[in-house]
Amino acid sequence: MDMRPDPLVMMTSSVQDQAPKPVKVAAKNVNVYYGAKQALKDVSVDIPVKAVTAFIGPSGCGKSTFLRCINRMNDTVASCRVEGLIQIDGKDIYDPALDPVQLRARVGMVFQKPNPFPKSIYDNVAYGPRIHGLSRSKAELDEIVEHSLRKASLWEEVKDRLKDSGTGLSGGQQQRLCIARTIAINPEIILMDEPCSALDPIATARIEELMAELRSNFTIIIVTHSMQQAARVSQRTAFFHLGILVEKGETSQIFTNPTDKRTQDYITGRFG
Amino acid sequence: MSEHIVKSYEQELSTLDSKISQMGGLAEQLVGEAFDSLASHNPTRAQATVASDATIDLLHRELEEQVIMMIARRQPLANDLRQVISVLKVAGELERVGDLAKNVAKRAQTVSGETHPKGLLTGLQHMTELASRQLKDVLDAFAARDAERAMVVWRKDENLDAVYNSVFRELLTYMMEDPRNIGLCSHLLFVAKNLERIGDHTTNIAETVNYMTRGTMPEGERPKSDITSSTLVSGPLR
Ligand SMILES: Nc1ncnc2c1ncn2[C@@H]1O[C@H](COP(=O)(O)OP(=O)(O)OP(=O)(O)O)[C@@H](O)[C@H]1O
Ligand SMILES: [Mg+2]
Repeated sequence: MDMRPDPLVMMTSSVQDQAPKPVKVAAKNVNVYYGAKQALKDVSVDIPVKAVTAFIGPSGCGKSTFLRCINRMNDTVASCRVEGLIQIDGKDIYDPALDPVQLRARVGMVFQKPNPFPKSIYDNVAYGPRIHGLSRSKAELDEIVEHSLRKASLWEEVKDRLKDSGTGLSGGQQQRLCIARTIAINPEIILMDEPCSALDPIATARIEELMAELRSNFTIIIVTHSMQQAARVSQRTAFFHLGILVEKGETSQIFTNPTDKRTQDYITGRFG
Repeated sequence: MSEHIVKSYEQELSTLDSKISQMGGLAEQLVGEAFDSLASHNPTRAQATVASDATIDLLHRELEEQVIMMIARRQPLANDLRQVISVLKVAGELERVGDLAKNVAKRAQTVSGETHPKGLLTGLQHMTELASRQLKDVLDAFAARDAERAMVVWRKDENLDAVYNSVFRELLTYMMEDPRNIGLCSHLLFVAKNLERIGDHTTNIAETVNYMTRGTMPEGERPKSDITSSTLVSGPLR
């Protein structure tokens, strides 16, 4: 047999994905506390631009907490204290001079539980572009709404009832509505917290396809409990366990040959 | 290694290992029997050897089906993924070893009526012993997940190549000495070639063991010393 590169590695990442990419989000020694309880311990990680990074780990390990640090959503939790440095494009996002509302226009988030506004389907999607002044005319706004709903693969199901309330949709439809709402503001970074947990395989495949498309321009971070999904959609993977970032690396390496035993035990479904 | 939370998955993975050891045991046995039937001029025994290759083929198909089902149902990852893929590869190599042993046994049937010149089989016997030993060692390394032991086998294939070279020259010499030897010796040349190929499949298994346990392919070129493709023994024309 000839000495060839590992075929599994070649299968999952193209040459383009392997070239090192500039860092979009950098976290350095991040510690997060809810009151006296520490939820994240000394997390440092670089998130590359124009790529999908997956966060995996058992329930309660701190994935959502870390995601919420990146758009300062934790500011709204009274007991929550964030220490350490988080930078986007090299700038400290916890700088007091920085406006968190402006930040959240650049960092969109799809939440673990769908949370449509109690407004029409149309207004749910149009809300962001309106407040951020992204459209000049009604026609332009209509176009953004349709485009975003199509991208989130919801358009066909709702195009005849855009005036109905977003809260009247099914769970999976609500989740896609929230995805449409997020991409409508054209953010630089999209944080997705288990975006497909309520979706059927077809809608899941469409969202994964959307991620593949979006990553040529944006930075995407996805939290997922599906190892297969992480392996399919991401180029880099980080494994969290008990508030610690245990292992991070190329997705192809993490899923074929992880270095840490905890990572291996978790992704293969063993007792830790 | 910790156990899987899903017990049936754990069981399926261990079934793969026991099927490989079953196939491996049969392949080893076949190699030995093929040579014995040649050395003892025993066509009945040769025939039985040819027939038992079917069992290896059957096990191979069963393993393939099981691996396909496991990939579909369990979507194995990390060391499990490497094990499942490695089992598939090793089973393929063992199936080829079975075929080669079968071919030796077929030739044993064909030449069972011929008288072998004294000493002609010594080299082939040596090759058979080396090939069987290597096969056994690599299967033990597989079962023990011992990459270092597998790499020892990988490097030692050179010895089998070296004996093959001398058997090759020896057979050419016999043929030149007396053209009546050509029929028998041609068959024996193929027997030697088959044994040498069994060594190559064994090194493939060694590489797979290395991949399965370490997640990497071995570094560097395997030492090779089969020079028969450039060997020509010339003698006086009669
Ligand atoms: N608002 C909060 N107040 C107090 N503790 C919290 C709060 N949010 C999260 N925690 C705690 O912080 C830890 C990390 O929670 P987090 O939601 O980040 O986990 P997760 O990895 O996203 O889990 P899951 O996969 O279940 O969503 C948990 O122990 C959790 O109980
Ligand atoms: Mg969460």
